[in-house]
Amino acid sequence: MMTNLALGYDDLLAFWVTIKLALVTTFILIFLGTPLAWWLAKKNSWYRTLIEALVAMPLVLPPTVLGFYLLVAFSPQGPVGQAVEALGLAPLAFTFAGLVVGSVIYSTPFVVQPLLNTFQHIGRKPLEAAATLGASPIDRFFSIVLPMAKRGFITALTLGFAHTLGEFGVVLMIGGNIPGETQVLSIAIYSHVEALEYSRAHLLSAMLILFSLLLLLMLYRNNGSAQVMPDEA
Amino acid sequence: MRLDLKTHISRSDFSCHFEVNLELTGNLAIIGPSGSGKTTLLRYIAGLEPGFNSHLTFNGQVWRDDAVGIMVPPHKRDIGYVFQDILLFEHLTVQGNLDFATRRASQQTATGLEYGEIIELLDLKKLLQRKSDRLSGGEKQRVAIARALLRRPSLLLMDEPLANLDQSSKDTIIPYLDRITRHLKIPILYVSHSLDEVARLADYILYVEQGSILAQGTIKEVVARLDLPLAHRANASSVIEGEIDSHDSQFNLSTLRSSAGMISVAHLPYPEGSRVRLRVMARDVSLCLEPPKNTSILNCIPVRVRDCVDDMDVYVIVSLDAGDEIILSRITRKSAHSLKIKPGLELYAQVKGVALVN
Repeated sequence: MMTNLALGYDDLLAFWVTIKLALVTTFILIFLGTPLAWWLAKKNSWYRTLIEALVAMPLVLPPTVLGFYLLVAFSPQGPVGQAVEALGLAPLAFTFAGLVVGSVIYSTPFVVQPLLNTFQHIGRKPLEAAATLGASPIDRFFSIVLPMAKRGFITALTLGFAHTLGEFGVVLMIGGNIPGETQVLSIAIYSHVEALEYSRAHLLSAMLILFSLLLLLMLYRNNGSAQVMPDEA
Repeated sequence: MRLDLKTHISRSDFSCHFEVNLELTGNLAIIGPSGSGKTTLLRYIAGLEPGFNSHLTFNGQVWRDDAVGIMVPPHKRDIGYVFQDILLFEHLTVQGNLDFATRRASQQTATGLEYGEIIELLDLKKLLQRKSDRLSGGEKQRVAIARALLRRPSLLLMDEPLANLDQSSKDTIIPYLDRITRHLKIPILYVSHSLDEVARLADYILYVEQGSILAQGTIKEVVARLDLPLAHRANASSVIEGEIDSHDSQFNLSTLRSSAGMISVAHLPYPEGSRVRLRVMARDVSLCLEPPKNTSILNCIPVRVRDCVDDMDVYVIVSLDAGDEIILSRITRKSAHSLKIKPGLELYAQVKGVALVN
C-alpha cells in the first residue's frame, strides 16, 4: 500500500506534459488573444458580434464536440490534416502539437474575455488624452493600454493556464493516452481509476486541487477584492 | 495666428455645422448652453471628432482638408488639450504624467514657458511624487494643465476645465488659470457654459447654440446683443473695460477710467493703472431723462439708446451706448413707455452695482 503512494514515472511525465501544455497554450493565447480582444473592444459591427459569439463557444459546447471535430479535421482526409501533410509536417492527431491546437481553441474565451473587459473598461478617453499629448497609436498601446490593463492580463494568464490544466474532454478525443506525449494529469487520473488504482488517483487529484487552489489564491491576491471575471464597466 | 475651419458633424441624435474664420489675437471663448456642440467643436479642432466635408487650417498648417484627403491625426497636431474630466493617467505619478508629455513634446517652445516656470506657476513642486489618484480635483486639474503645456503646443484647448470641480476647488484654481493666461504666449480656446467663467480671460467669443455659431465678437459686443439669449437671462449683464484711476481709502472705493466716463466701484485689489473688466448687471441700471440730484447712486453716465426689445411680459431690455462701452439696462415695460424709450434717445443711466469680473 505504501509503495503505491509514491508517484510513478508515468505520473511525473503526466505532470510535466500538463504543465508544458498549459504554459505553451497560455503563451500562444496571450499573443493571439490580445489583438483579438483589442479588435473586439474597438469594433462595433455585426461580424464583431459573430466573432465574439464564436470566441465564447467553448464555454457552452461539451469539450467532446470540439474534440470530435478537431479529430475529424486532423485526420489525413480532413482539411487541417491535408494542409499539414502538404506542408510536410507530422500529423497532429495523437501528438502534443495537436493538443496545443485543441487547448488554444478550448481556452480562448478564458483569455479573451478578461482582456476584452479590461480594454472596454479603460475606454477611449485615456487614449484620447495620450493622443493630444503626442502619443501615436502604437505608443498609446504600450504606454497606456498595457500598464492600465495589467490586472486584466494577470487574470487572463492565470485563467488560461488554470483552465488548460483541467482539460479532459478535448485531450481524450484528440490526444489519446500516450505517456510523455499526450497523457496529461486528468487523463492519468482517469486511467488510474479505470485500473482501480485509487490511491494513485487520490494523490494526483490532491496535487491538482492544491496546485489550482494555489494559482487562484495568487490571482485573487493580485486582484484584491476584484472578481475573476471583471464586471462590464 | 489664423484659425479657419468648416465642418459638418452628425450623429444619430445631433448634428452640427461649424464655420470659423478668425485671427486669434488673444483668447477665444466658446460659450453656449449644454448640448449645443461647443465641446464637439473643440474635439473637432483636436482631431478627435471625425466630421465630413471638412477643412481646418491653423497658423498656416493644414490639419484637415477633405478635398485633397488630408487628415493629420491628433498626435501630430500642435495642440494641448485640457479635458473636462481631467484624465490623468492613474497608473503614473504626477511626475510620470508630466514626463509623458515632456518626452513627446514639440521641438520649439511656442508657449513661452519652460518646465520650471510651469511647475512654479501651477505650484506643483510638492505634488510631483504623489500618485495621481491621490490628489484633490483642483490639484488634478492643475497637473492636467501643466501636462498639456509641457507638450509645448502652439494652441491650448480647454474644455470646461472647472465643470467637474466643486466650488472651493474652482475658487482655488481660478488664480492659477489667471497666472497661466497672463504668461502664456499661445492662444487659448476655452469652452464653457458659463459667461462668468470666461468674461475675465477671453477677448473674443463664439456663441454656439444647437450645433451652429449664432454670434461672434468681442466679449463686450456679444454680451450686449439683444438678439441672443444671454441678454434675456435674469442675470443679464454688460462688460465694461477700463483702467484704475485712483483709490479712495477714506470710503474704500476705487475709480475706474473708461470711455464711458469715470466709474466708482468698491475697492479693487489692483494697483493704479491696471486694466480691469467690470460687470454691470442689467437689473442694476436705471434710466432717467434728467441727471438726478441728491441720489445715493454714485454713478450717473450719459448714454444713448442703441436698441430695445421686450423681455418677457413685464420688462424691456435696453442696450445703451456710453463712449465705446455698451451697457444693458432692464426696466419695466411701463417705465419704457413713460420715458418713450426708442433708439437714438439720450438719457442718463444710474448704475447701482458694479462688480469686478471673476
